Amino acid sequence: MSNEPAEDSATTASPALPVDSNPEYIKVRNFSFNYTPEVRVLKNISMDIPENQVTAFIGPSGCGKTTLLRNFNRMNDLIPGISHEGTIHVNGREIFDPKLEVIALRKRVRMIFQKPNPFPKSIYENVVYSLRIAGKNNKSLLDEIVETSLRGAALWDEVKDRLHESALGLSGGQTQRLSIAHAIANMPEVLLMDEPCSALDPIATAKVEELIAELKSKFTVIIVTHNMQQATRVSDRTAYFYLGEMIEMDDTEEIFRNPKHSRTEKYITGRFG
Amino acid sequence: MNALSSPKVPKTKGRGEPMVWFTGMWLSFGLLMILVLLTIIVKNGLSTFWPSPVLQIELVENSDAKLRGSTTLAGDVKKEQIRTTAGESGEPVPEIQLFTGNREAYNTGFRYVVESDITSREYPKDIIRAERLEYGDMIGYPVRIEFADETRLESTSKEFPEALRRMVKEANERRDKIEHIEKDLIGAINRSMEKIKLNRRGWDKAESIPEKDRLQMDAEQAGLQKEYEKLASEARELRNLQNANRLIYRIPTGDERTVATGSVVDYYYPNRLNIFQRVFRFFARIIHFIFEDPREANTEGGIFPAIFGTFVMTILMSVVVVPFGVLAAIYLREYAKQGPVVRAVRIAVNNLAGVPSIVFGVFGLGFFVYFMGGSIDSLLFSERLPTPTFGTGGVIWASLTLALMTVPVVIVSTEEALVAVPRGVREASLAAGASKWQTIQRIVLPASLPGIITGLILAMARGAGEVAPLMLVGVVKLAPTLPLDTIAPFVHLERKFMHLGFHIYDLGFQSPDSEAAKPMVFATTLLLIGLVIALNAAAIIIRERLRRKYKTGAF
Repeated sequence: MSNEPAEDSATTASPALPVDSNPEYIKVRNFSFNYTPEVRVLKNISMDIPENQVTAFIGPSGCGKTTLLRNFNRMNDLIPGISHEGTIHVNGREIFDPKLEVIALRKRVRMIFQKPNPFPKSIYENVVYSLRIAGKNNKSLLDEIVETSLRGAALWDEVKDRLHESALGLSGGQTQRLSIAHAIANMPEVLLMDEPCSALDPIATAKVEELIAELKSKFTVIIVTHNMQQATRVSDRTAYFYLGEMIEMDDTEEIFRNPKHSRTEKYITGRFG
Repeated sequence: MNALSSPKVPKTKGRGEPMVWFTGMWLSFGLLMILVLLTIIVKNGLSTFWPSPVLQIELVENSDAKLRGSTTLAGDVKKEQIRTTAGESGEPVPEIQLFTGNREAYNTGFRYVVESDITSREYPKDIIRAERLEYGDMIGYPVRIEFADETRLESTSKEFPEALRRMVKEANERRDKIEHIEKDLIGAINRSMEKIKLNRRGWDKAESIPEKDRLQMDAEQAGLQKEYEKLASEARELRNLQNANRLIYRIPTGDERTVATGSVVDYYYPNRLNIFQRVFRFFARIIHFIFEDPREANTEGGIFPAIFGTFVMTILMSVVVVPFGVLAAIYLREYAKQGPVVRAVRIAVNNLAGVPSIVFGVFGLGFFVYFMGGSIDSLLFSERLPTPTFGTGGVIWASLTLALMTVPVVIVSTEEALVAVPRGVREASLAAGASKWQTIQRIVLPASLPGIITGLILAMARGAGEVAPLMLVGVVKLAPTLPLDTIAPFVHLERKFMHLGFHIYDLGFQSPDSEAAKPMVFATTLLLIGLVIALNAAAIIIRERLRRKYKTGAF
């Protein structure tokens, strides 16, 4: 397994830190990304994302937030013609290292999509999908994980009586929480959320936001959002992107109270974007 | 708002409306054609089995329709039509076509009679119609039974109907017994003999026959020979019994004729049946047709071997074509780098579907039968050569040939189904740490199964009805054995087989009496359509189940 060295470095690196939260858990350095040689969507980005905190990416459409997010677990690999410069380290491990197994990376850095895509399987099978593909089929273990994951995603009480019914019958909010349950089932380290609430009503959104606040005790969460209020409600740190550049990154309160850049201020006050 | 309320919009809409009618007309035209075709096939196909009453007519003295100089004719009315004569009058002449039966007496089974020649019509109660092993149906009046011991039983006697019924029943039982002896018991002996012969040939080649083994083989062979002779004489005796009792009957033209009760398969009084008996007999005949072997150069009896052959071939083809096509489509759509090469391959595959089927037949003969079959023979069955085992047409080669022919259909529809699986679901699976193959196997393939089955349905519909290539790679007019039976190894894929499509061609265009074979052609066509529909319906049911299970399928 090629992710073993990464874990080793993590265990050796952690005790060296003064606090138990690693402030450079995800370390992006001079990162640029092109879909095609002509289209450069990320320009020379450097940032640090701390462990066990919620980091929000905000910015107008097309500014590259989602592209950066999708680089953290290399989902962009699926698109032909891409290229990048610079480095991204997750927990001390360079993710573009050719020796690194993408599949192992994706197990550690899980993505939750804007539009939830439940598999055409039962609720139970949806939750344990990542375990099944990892070859874990122990029934009692799976049962336990289903319960803890669904509880973790605040969905248990609603679905515990119909675990073996199709997941396609769930409502939008339930489906999104199911994909969170599915994402946390195999104990990832990072959760990437790409506008997880954009298709949800306010009540479902509130539930998911509450959930995010709970999740950060166990996971490092990065959330892309178009909703300023959501960013202030759920995140500890916020990064503002504009046209492929990261303009500013700071504690969320700081960004929203006294942004250093006029562009950021314009955006968060709604005068632009 | 202004643009919407301007008169231009309704006008555009109005201009389109005639096209609704125009396009609808073409659809209705197509549907109408199909409906007419189906009606003809269903009507003619089913009427074959309907036991219609037998009409007896008297003709005028100078009629052309007289048979054997008699003015009396009987038969069931097959057709009523208007003939336009080329004569001087040129007037349309109404005529009827009678199925007169008694082919051995009349030298024909059918007679056209001009309506104006008929002086009287009646439906005689006593007339009998019997299905025989030879010469088709008999239509006539029973006169008496002559038993083996020279005693006679006149048809006027009270015991006659019961005696006739019993004799025909006995004869049928005896016929089954003879068949059992000849086909199963003697067949088994023949197979043992063949085995010994092959062993011996193998030893001959090795040039060292141990004396002990040779003697043992001789003894075995002698034992089998003795057993064979015993069975053969038993069968011969039974055969003689079949000809012992005779039924004397009078044909409507007047002569008395004789038929051995052993060659009467079934008989009935067509003018005595009430509607329920008629319906019962109708279904009984359909069942016989479906489950019995053909007789008399396929023009009589059933077509079970052809149904079974078609079924086995189609299933075998499906079993081959689905994995083949699906795997090819997965590579083409999921793994191959989309570009000019893949596009060219895709076009080539699509064009493959347009190659005339006979070309596939020739390829199948050359590649599968001669090359592959020949190689198998020389490797595994060399002791039987020069008699080919796999190196001649057989159901396996026919299935492979058809699989090759229909694989483009499966590839195209599988590809379409794969494309229709939403990207989001794939990403969700990949994001869960699944490999590409795991994603395909667990998410993409199940979701595209309905589409794959659509391809299979299309392939089956094409494959099951195909005739031309089969004629080169294994279909025969009459196959002595089925591709599946109770003799180990149970599945005999090298065997030649019968096929409904070829049966239709053979009956309609190759049989000595095409008029007599016509009802069989329709009935066989009906059955072929029925079989294709049944296979498709089964596939559609499976597809609907899957579709309900995986709601995402777009097919």
